[in-house]
Amino acid sequence: MSGQEHGGHTRGFELFHIFQELPARSSEIPVAPEPDPTEPVALTVDDRPVEVAPGETILDACRALGVETPTLCHAPNLTPVNACRVCVVEVEGQRTLAPACSRRAEAGMVVRTETERVRTARKVVLELLGSSVDLSLAGRHQPDGGLAGWMERYDADPARFGPAAAPAEAGERDARPTGHHHVPDGSAAETVAQPVKVDNDLYVRDYSKCILCYKCVEACGTDAQFTFAIAVAGRGFDARISTEWDVPLPTSACVYCGNCIGVCPTGALMFRSEHEMRAAGTWDESAQTVTETICPYCGVGCTLELHVQEDQVVKVLSPSDSSVTGGHLCIKGRFGSSFVNEKPGR
Amino acid sequence: MDLHVVAPLPSPAERAAVDALLDPVLGPATTWSGGARAIGADGRAARGGHAARARRDLLLPALHALMDRVGWISPPGLGYVARRLTVPPAEAYGVATFYALFSTTERPAAVIHACDDIACRDAGGETLCADLERRLGPAGHPAPGAPATWLRSPCLGRCELAPAALVTVAGEQPRAVELAPADAANVRAAVEGNPTRSAPLAASLPQLGTPGRRITGRIGVVDPASLADYRAHGGYRALARVLAIGPEQTIAEVTASGLVGRGGAAFPTGRKWAAVAAQPARPRYVVCNADESEPGTFKDRVVMEGDPFALVEAMTIEGIAVGAETGYLYLRGEYPLAEARLRHAIAEAESAGLLGPAILGTEHAFRIELRRGAGAYICGEETALLGSIEGRRGEPRNKPPFPVEVGLFGKPTAINNVETLVNLPLILADDGAAEAYAQIGTPGSRGPKLFCLSGAVARPGVYEVDFGVTLGELLALAGGVPEGRSLRTILLGGAAGVFVGPDALGMPLTLEGARAAGATLGSGVVMAFDEQADLAGTLRRIAAFFRDESCGQCVPCRVGTVRQEELLARLERTVAAGGMPDAGQLGLLRELGQAMRDASICGLGQTASSAIESALRIPGLVAG
Amino acid sequence: MVDPRRTGSAEWADLWLGLDVGTDIALANAVGREIIAAGLANLDFIRHATVDYDAYAATVEKYTLAEAERITGVPADAIRELAHAYATAPRAMLCWTLGITEHVVGVDNVLSLIALSLLTGHVGRYGSGLAPLRGQNNVQGGGDMGALPDRLPGFQHVERDDIRARFDSAWGVTVPPKRGWNLSLMFEAMERRDLRALWVIGENPAQSEADTHRTVSLLEGLDHLVVQDLFLTKTAQLADVVLPAAAAWSESDGTVTNSERRVQRVRKAAEPPGEARDDLAIIFDLARALGSDWGTPRAEAVWDELRSLSPLHAGMSYARLEAEDGLQWPCYDETHPGELFLHSRLWEQPRRGHPAPFVPVEHVPPVDPLDDDFPIRLTTGRRLESYNTGVQSAGYRSPLHRGESLDLSPEDAERLGIADGERVRVVSRRGSVEAPARIDPVLRPGLTFMTMHFPDDVAVNNLTIDTFDPKSGTSEFKATAIRIEKLPAGAPSA
Repeated sequence: MSGQEHGGHTRGFELFHIFQELPARSSEIPVAPEPDPTEPVALTVDDRPVEVAPGETILDACRALGVETPTLCHAPNLTPVNACRVCVVEVEGQRTLAPACSRRAEAGMVVRTETERVRTARKVVLELLGSSVDLSLAGRHQPDGGLAGWMERYDADPARFGPAAAPAEAGERDARPTGHHHVPDGSAAETVAQPVKVDNDLYVRDYSKCILCYKCVEACGTDAQFTFAIAVAGRGFDARISTEWDVPLPTSACVYCGNCIGVCPTGALMFRSEHEMRAAGTWDESAQTVTETICPYCGVGCTLELHVQEDQVVKVLSPSDSSVTGGHLCIKGRFGSSFVNEKPGR
Repeated sequence: MDLHVVAPLPSPAERAAVDALLDPVLGPATTWSGGARAIGADGRAARGGHAARARRDLLLPALHALMDRVGWISPPGLGYVARRLTVPPAEAYGVATFYALFSTTERPAAVIHACDDIACRDAGGETLCADLERRLGPAGHPAPGAPATWLRSPCLGRCELAPAALVTVAGEQPRAVELAPADAANVRAAVEGNPTRSAPLAASLPQLGTPGRRITGRIGVVDPASLADYRAHGGYRALARVLAIGPEQTIAEVTASGLVGRGGAAFPTGRKWAAVAAQPARPRYVVCNADESEPGTFKDRVVMEGDPFALVEAMTIEGIAVGAETGYLYLRGEYPLAEARLRHAIAEAESAGLLGPAILGTEHAFRIELRRGAGAYICGEETALLGSIEGRRGEPRNKPPFPVEVGLFGKPTAINNVETLVNLPLILADDGAAEAYAQIGTPGSRGPKLFCLSGAVARPGVYEVDFGVTLGELLALAGGVPEGRSLRTILLGGAAGVFVGPDALGMPLTLEGARAAGATLGSGVVMAFDEQADLAGTLRRIAAFFRDESCGQCVPCRVGTVRQEELLARLERTVAAGGMPDAGQLGLLRELGQAMRDASICGLGQTASSAIESALRIPGLVAG
Repeated sequence: MVDPRRTGSAEWADLWLGLDVGTDIALANAVGREIIAAGLANLDFIRHATVDYDAYAATVEKYTLAEAERITGVPADAIRELAHAYATAPRAMLCWTLGITEHVVGVDNVLSLIALSLLTGHVGRYGSGLAPLRGQNNVQGGGDMGALPDRLPGFQHVERDDIRARFDSAWGVTVPPKRGWNLSLMFEAMERRDLRALWVIGENPAQSEADTHRTVSLLEGLDHLVVQDLFLTKTAQLADVVLPAAAAWSESDGTVTNSERRVQRVRKAAEPPGEARDDLAIIFDLARALGSDWGTPRAEAVWDELRSLSPLHAGMSYARLEAEDGLQWPCYDETHPGELFLHSRLWEQPRRGHPAPFVPVEHVPPVDPLDDDFPIRLTTGRRLESYNTGVQSAGYRSPLHRGESLDLSPEDAERLGIADGERVRVVSRRGSVEAPARIDPVLRPGLTFMTMHFPDDVAVNNLTIDTFDPKSGTSEFKATAIRIEKLPAGAPSA
């Protein structure tokens, strides 16, 4: 094609000849500016010396040494909220225990992870969670076996707090007045059990499994999606993840990116298809393959982690260390792949 | 971002209430911020973004405006506020539902908040609640068309005149009336808008008329509404001197005085100021923590009501010392009288050039914004308080970083409580005053101290003493336990404090003395219980208090406070059935307490088991 | 944020400019003029790295703030604020999508933006630059692989003898020495009967091209049409031969290139259904049938051949793409890390390579003018949950899915007496469609919006104009003149 043939002849168009050559190669490879050089931070964990980069946390130091540290609310692609407190460690000279996931390592810090105080705190925290929340799917993808393993390691027995109280009716927990509660009689342990919220075709919210780790709120907000469809409402034990006035998701600002599902550590947020397959007894992770590929939609190039069972894509995640996505997707990448499933239609 | 406000339009009253607050700051609403659609003016360009989102601190004031005007936060009302402030509705709802004084369900315009907390429950509070229930139905469940509803309330800070109540009536002229002692008659009068009688000041400040008081000396002597009167009694001498000696010397003198924070943590005030003043980041802020909510505490209220200019002067001094041009005074929402007097004092000081762009003609600028809390004990925690000023849920932040580095709006911030601040004029009014101040009290605890005496004492109220008097001497000052009754235990430091037995009467009331006894002075609560007191019920009320007031952010506190209350109930069942609390139950309670103390984010969870554990440690105190 | 509509992104923005559709050059030139007039141009950079600044400055001189306000509708003070914010920012990027390129002046629009980056030096540096946000997952990769009329793989120009010689010797054939046709020119060639056979791979031009009536009749007039696709699309239904294909991103192996020039691996996760086959296998078989045996189809072998011929991709082995989460070209050898951003050469002392030219361009109004018969501007675009003609995205159950609608401002709805949800007829100079009206407050009077996601229900491209940018071949989808007609009473409403 040439400009003369088709009329739109400008001087700019003539300049296109310079693009017959590839641009000159730069002599220096363009890279991001280096942060100021800094000394590593030296500390000890359980009497073992370790160095981490400035800004890294006690958890980073623990992991560098292979010191197993349970975490639930921590995620590498989210701002730490240190709400769950299963990662607490003892830092010499500090009155209280410190959350390993968010406390920055400091030079000379003396950290202990196996003291009686640490063990008791982790044990009781696990018991408090276990006695109030359905943890059956919690931490299931953790390398160290997750909840069941931690419960055993810390000798946690949630039943110590008594039998579970009856679940709440649908919507009851969402309507609790702030600063007031029914006085308990001591016969049972209150829980967050309640019916599953199913209000759309793409995902379900089973807040009986919610440990209120804030991850979904962060992913919906400034850590990933900037949609702000959900926030924490209420206070204390009655705090819950909620849309405004608990309106159903289709009424809310939700854009169904599913990034909340991607970060949920307990299975409270789940693809509706997975929820239904689990209910039908057809969900079989042992029969699933996991393959990383690239989203077929726009030009961002998000890495998709396809979970495939019997040649059907049954779940789509994204690796949190992907340089493109940081683990986060949009509705099309997360849910829009079903067109390859509908094989009769092809 | 998609604000996605689906609610219908706000009512004219709601719109007017919000506009009256926001228009002077933000200008009128546009097409895109909830205003009437005027596409001609707004359809081609709009500004917002960071600048709009930076005014989220107006969220709580806007929600208060709705509450005051229509008595609840309706979906359209919240939606309108969300649009005007560019706050996502889900977040705005999360904030509205965090605070107990806000209601997101419709209710009558008049609401009676009846205190049933530890000082009031035995002192007629429960009787008042029973009466309200008879007349108005169950708490929080008004009959259709009822003119008023009632709610149980945590401590209202009027323990010396228990039982206390707060009546709020929404409308064009909203009213808020504090009643103490409250009874059926004055509650009805307050709801109906009839005048109610307040108790004489001496009932709150029994030392009124006795000489030698340094912090409370002006209370009851000066007219709290008169700047001239305040100045005639030595007011603003300290500020004038601070302007003369400059910030560095001011901080040096405060450091030399040995003043430490009176909010409970006892951090040296001079060191805090020096840390803020050394920060390169600008702007810096000063925050006064007037969110006095520890059950049994009412001293700050008495000071603010009786000598409001002292606090305004002290905040101004602090601002100049640390290089801040804005101070926020965060006042608990249950103190309408203190609010009115402080607002008046701030306005008077502004008119007199004692606040504003050029204080007393110098280059120093300082202004004070008063922000009202909305029913959240947790906001007394300094980082939660900062969040609340910023228009967020009052959720404490992890420390470090500390507010002196990363505080309000992420900037260096000096936070001090009311009692701490009103010591400043003493320290700074004259050359050598700081040294003289340092001689008051003991080497480990310098200066005067306010205590809140309530419960089983003859003359409850605020007492000013020098650090170092013993607990027994302080009780004696208040007339001791009333005639014919005997002291069983004393709660020191409030719900987050500890119970001590009569054997502790010799304990000197100093930081070091309390520490040695395994106790705490906390916010200065000294609540006495005699042999008739319902201690088991008191412990249950304390447990219920923490369960209600936990912000819910961290697991040890959110679930732990629930389990603690349940375990206490379980113990009570055991005892009621004629059994003895078994070691396993008590051990579990202790283990739970340890985990809450060690693993909670903030002081609330860390101290939520303190009083209960201390009571269970005193042999025979609770059992049976 | 510059957008005729007050979108969600505009709501988040510090400053939103709601210009008239098709006035981008006037806005950009006014921004450039203001930057020069305010003394904010980066003259050192201009001297060092660019040419033709004087011609640019002379051209934009007449685009005063007042003149730009007249043309674009945006108040002068907002344009001034934009100019100053852009020029004084320590780092600044210009990102755009099809709102810039789907115009008859699409290339000129881009040139006007490039000029702003040259004027301020916001190019070739970390955190600054120009970023066309690509709308399809491998539209960049298509270019990389030479799927452009004038390019061989690696953007090497087909009309350069030295380059062609290397390909000739590697492939053992003679590469035709002249550039080919782009899509729009192909349709013109069909009209002239110069083009009579077409092989369409993974496109649905019967529904995606402007002026659907003309497109379909041209496709129907071909001697032979082969369509290779996952689905029996509207285009496939016109085909003589349909070759069912595997999904390239989940049923076969290969690479794609994203918007930031990152070459990424796609992997086979599931078996294709029925007779569907990997694109590579289909192409290899066709080659064999045409008498050329390319051996066994293997994605990595094809890729390695590309690496041997394209200097930009030479260093990107499959092993590295796996290990390094993709690589950004240029990546000249296996030790090269790939380049985070382009044009850093412009800052080097001395500058390397050609100076960057300012290309002055003038505002030209849209080709489909508004008049009394067609007084309303229709612009088209996408919705978050849908994609192009809906072939991929129509199937999943999204709560966000709603069918096509004519979105219009509350003022227009009131003026025309149209209720929300009422079916209306939308008429352009080329055709008409019926669709439910949807009152959308993000639109101002005179501006309407539709998508192209539901062509089976509402063939929006019956309305659009197929006049295209001669430099890019892209049609002016963004600016159609329409009128809205009420349907007779009793017509069914949505």
